Amino acid sequence: MSGLWHGKILMLMVVLTVSRHSLAFQARNANPSNQPGTNASTGNGTENTITTLPIVTWKWHHTEGPYLVALWVLVSWICKLVFQLNPALTNVFPESGLLICIGWVLGGIIYGADKVQTFRLQPFTFFYYLLPPIVLDAGYSMPNKQFMGNLGAILVHAVIGTVWNAASLGLGLWGCWLGGAMGHLNTGLLQLLLFGSLIAAVDPVAVIAVFEEVHVNEVLYIIVFGESLLNDGVTVVLFNVFDAFVSLGGPAINAVEIIKGIISFFVVAFGGSLVGIAFGILISLLTRLTKKTPTIEPGFIFVFGYLSYLTAEFLSLSAILSCTFCGVFCQKYVNTNMSEKSVNTVRTTMKVFANGSETVIFVFLGISAIDPSIWVWNTGFILLTLLFIFVFRFMGVFVLTWILNQYRLVPLGLIEQLVMGYGGLRGAVAYGLVFLLDENKYKEKNLMISTTLLVVYFTVMLQGITMKPLVNWLKVKRATTDEAMLAEKIMNRTFDHMLVAIEDISGQIGHNYLWDKWHNFEEKWLFRILMNPTARKSRDYIFNIFHQLNLKDAMSYVQEGERRGSLAFVRNDSKADVDFNKQFDTDFTDMPDIMGPDHIPVPFVRDSVPSVSLNMHEQDQKMRESEDFNAHHLLQQHLYKGRKQRHTYSRKQPVVNRDEDEVQEIFQRTMRSRLESFKSAKMGVAQPKKITKHSKKDQTEKMSNGKPADDSKIHSYGDEDSAGDAAGAGIVNPAYMAEMDSNEPMPPMPQIPPWLAEAGEDSSNVAPSQRAQLRLPWTPTNLRRLAPLRLSTHSNDSFLLADSPATQEESKKHTILEQTYVDAQILW
Amino acid sequence: MGSTNSTLSKIPNVEELMRETGFSPAHIVRLYDRFESLDKEKTGHLRPEDFGAINRQDTVDFHSFVRILAHFRPAENNRPRDPSLPEPVNSRISKLKFAFQLYDLDKDGKISRAELLQVLRSMMEMQVTEEQLESIADRTIQEADLDRDDAISFEEFRKSLEKVNIDHKMSIRFLR
Repeated sequence: MSGLWHGKILMLMVVLTVSRHSLAFQARNANPSNQPGTNASTGNGTENTITTLPIVTWKWHHTEGPYLVALWVLVSWICKLVFQLNPALTNVFPESGLLICIGWVLGGIIYGADKVQTFRLQPFTFFYYLLPPIVLDAGYSMPNKQFMGNLGAILVHAVIGTVWNAASLGLGLWGCWLGGAMGHLNTGLLQLLLFGSLIAAVDPVAVIAVFEEVHVNEVLYIIVFGESLLNDGVTVVLFNVFDAFVSLGGPAINAVEIIKGIISFFVVAFGGSLVGIAFGILISLLTRLTKKTPTIEPGFIFVFGYLSYLTAEFLSLSAILSCTFCGVFCQKYVNTNMSEKSVNTVRTTMKVFANGSETVIFVFLGISAIDPSIWVWNTGFILLTLLFIFVFRFMGVFVLTWILNQYRLVPLGLIEQLVMGYGGLRGAVAYGLVFLLDENKYKEKNLMISTTLLVVYFTVMLQGITMKPLVNWLKVKRATTDEAMLAEKIMNRTFDHMLVAIEDISGQIGHNYLWDKWHNFEEKWLFRILMNPTARKSRDYIFNIFHQLNLKDAMSYVQEGERRGSLAFVRNDSKADVDFNKQFDTDFTDMPDIMGPDHIPVPFVRDSVPSVSLNMHEQDQKMRESEDFNAHHLLQQHLYKGRKQRHTYSRKQPVVNRDEDEVQEIFQRTMRSRLESFKSAKMGVAQPKKITKHSKKDQTEKMSNGKPADDSKIHSYGDEDSAGDAAGAGIVNPAYMAEMDSNEPMPPMPQIPPWLAEAGEDSSNVAPSQRAQLRLPWTPTNLRRLAPLRLSTHSNDSFLLADSPATQEESKKHTILEQTYVDAQILW
Repeated sequence: MGSTNSTLSKIPNVEELMRETGFSPAHIVRLYDRFESLDKEKTGHLRPEDFGAINRQDTVDFHSFVRILAHFRPAENNRPRDPSLPEPVNSRISKLKFAFQLYDLDKDGKISRAELLQVLRSMMEMQVTEEQLESIADRTIQEADLDRDDAISFEEFRKSLEKVNIDHKMSIRFLR
């Protein structure tokens, strides 16, 4: 830990010297620039005066821009790393708050070194580089069903709530200013209204940062979060409108202007959304064609998402709305069109960018504060702002929710309203906007900056810290971390259908009716246009869930196997009883993203305890012993192949005996799998696909062997001793052993052709129910590897016929089996 | 609201109906209007053709109509429950029972694999094969079936859905 601190201090020294160096250059060239990215093509003149070939040159001015950027990103992320090492700290403080503190420290160091704040969060960098990934990620991983379901509430809060906040704050401040509470300020109503509008907006970055650690229930989260995203439409409009009004001057504002302002709201908001949806359509269409370029496929999402942001910005529409709706719209189609790998890539990469951006933003929010040049202190203004923000937010939330509750099926309770009000966090967007202000128009810009910073710190840190205790104290309903079981999902879907029917019967156009209508429209048009034909087939909701659950189980199965030392345990598949009563290890701290129940997190990156408990029955200890055996047998299997020559000389018992172990082994395996296929036949799972003339005989044999085997299977594994006698095979079904024992010690039992043995695994990924049969993906392959190419019924080897044992049925069986084995050997 | 009263008087046993289901008179009137509009032949009964859907019973009269719809009323939590009264129709348990009956076609108190299969078949799209359906049904039963009798009883059904907010899932707002 101390080592890490050492490293960090070292890093800081590097940064400082580097930055001072750069500053030295810049100062000399009278090129004051705070922004990384300025290309010092205004290099110093030393290039022209070299007298000898320099082996190594100091190319700082070439690399300065990118170097600083990379360095700062690295420093921010290291800060985050440092915090995560100390879980005690993160439990109390929200991460964002800690990052701001580190920002202060760093800013202090830099300021102390340079006497001027060289680094700060530039609005351009923020709005064009740091914010888009966050918004894109928010849109793409938005739980659509809840978002749409609560869209009414979200819009009401976003639009009306924000307008109310802005207006009330502006007017309140204006009133207090007129009343003299703030002393002498060079400002006016319009300016205060502008300030109100930019600070009134709930900030998505801050909301994500704080709420992700608190895990409130989905409805609450989606309302606050949705509001923070959608209020950008209002914020942009208000900001631009008031900015324009300030430029026009007070007297020029008449009704026309105001009406134009209102119109511009609709244009900006709807325009932004339409741009987003247009880009969403484009992405979906494009991903239909990208089957051949799976490597670049994920990249398209990012480029298009970014373009949607920039296009809206270019058209002076709401960029955040555009980006959000692009993500919301395209996620369904894109996720189906792309391969699973690409989907994972997109998801993961987006999280990296979003999280990384967020970290950098908060660190720089801290650093930017350490700059005396911007600080203007006006007690009245600052305190009043803080107070008004709080009070008016709560007022707005209560009133609006009361109205909403008249129309909602699920009313929002008082506790939820409290959390909603308290969760109105302001953040970096406000900061970015305030920096955009023109100093000349706004004489009090620095005061506004200071106030904004203080508000941001207050909300993020204080409210962030107290959010968790508040949520606990109020006993807010928390997020259900458990995913629904398949049963639940099916029931949910049934209920949806039911409700549609009832609404239809009762003649009401309700929520579900609309959902159904949209669903039909989607099926008819959108799926056909926007999705691959193959992808469309696998669209079924319940099937997808089933598929995901199976994948997850397979992963956990493998994890469990590896945990137990080797996958050999998996061979004892008849013993392993996969229990679907999941016992979840609630170790979800590494999942910072938003997961609604509709959104199935595929835990490919989760390295925690597997969630499926595998109840191994009696054979746990035996299994470990038999693991060695299994490894041995595994080797033996592979050794089976190269044994052509044995056959040519050996018609006698001894040699056949030597084969017997392996033969036995193979036979037992295949018999077991035959048994399983028989069991699966019983349970109605897919029949073996390729059945030949052998089938009848083998079926009868299966029949006769099946019953006793089934019963004895349960007890069978206790008798390791009897198994131990026979051929030293570890995993053995004594039922068969008994049979064989009755005839002769080691009858040659050849392979059963695996295309009889398999229950035809259809090409889908569906693993049949574990209860019906325990089949693991690779088992058929293994058996296939053992498979001979061709087998025939005819016995053309008289010697073996002569050697066959006494009993009629056994002899028949042995002959055939022997024959097949012999033929197999010939073929090999 | 003269029309309300006149319509109400047309319906036999309306007070008992209201008490049993908890609908208000206005609701009952609304439902009656809807019933009449569905009942094109004015027989006083609804047949499957009227719904355009498959229905278990052959006909539905107004009382059954209202009773069934009453299951979808949003539940009220704040009333103190009078233990002597029968379970209200729109409580969570009743809703669950209603849903259970949808699955349990032969009314033996258990959802067997075949019944589940049938429901699944009607719900899922065409592209899913029979084997996959069966696998899904198997898995569903395995997840929910606690006493391992290969069928889902009402208790198991209820348990598997305890995380689901039935009140929300099975309610229609206008019926409040």
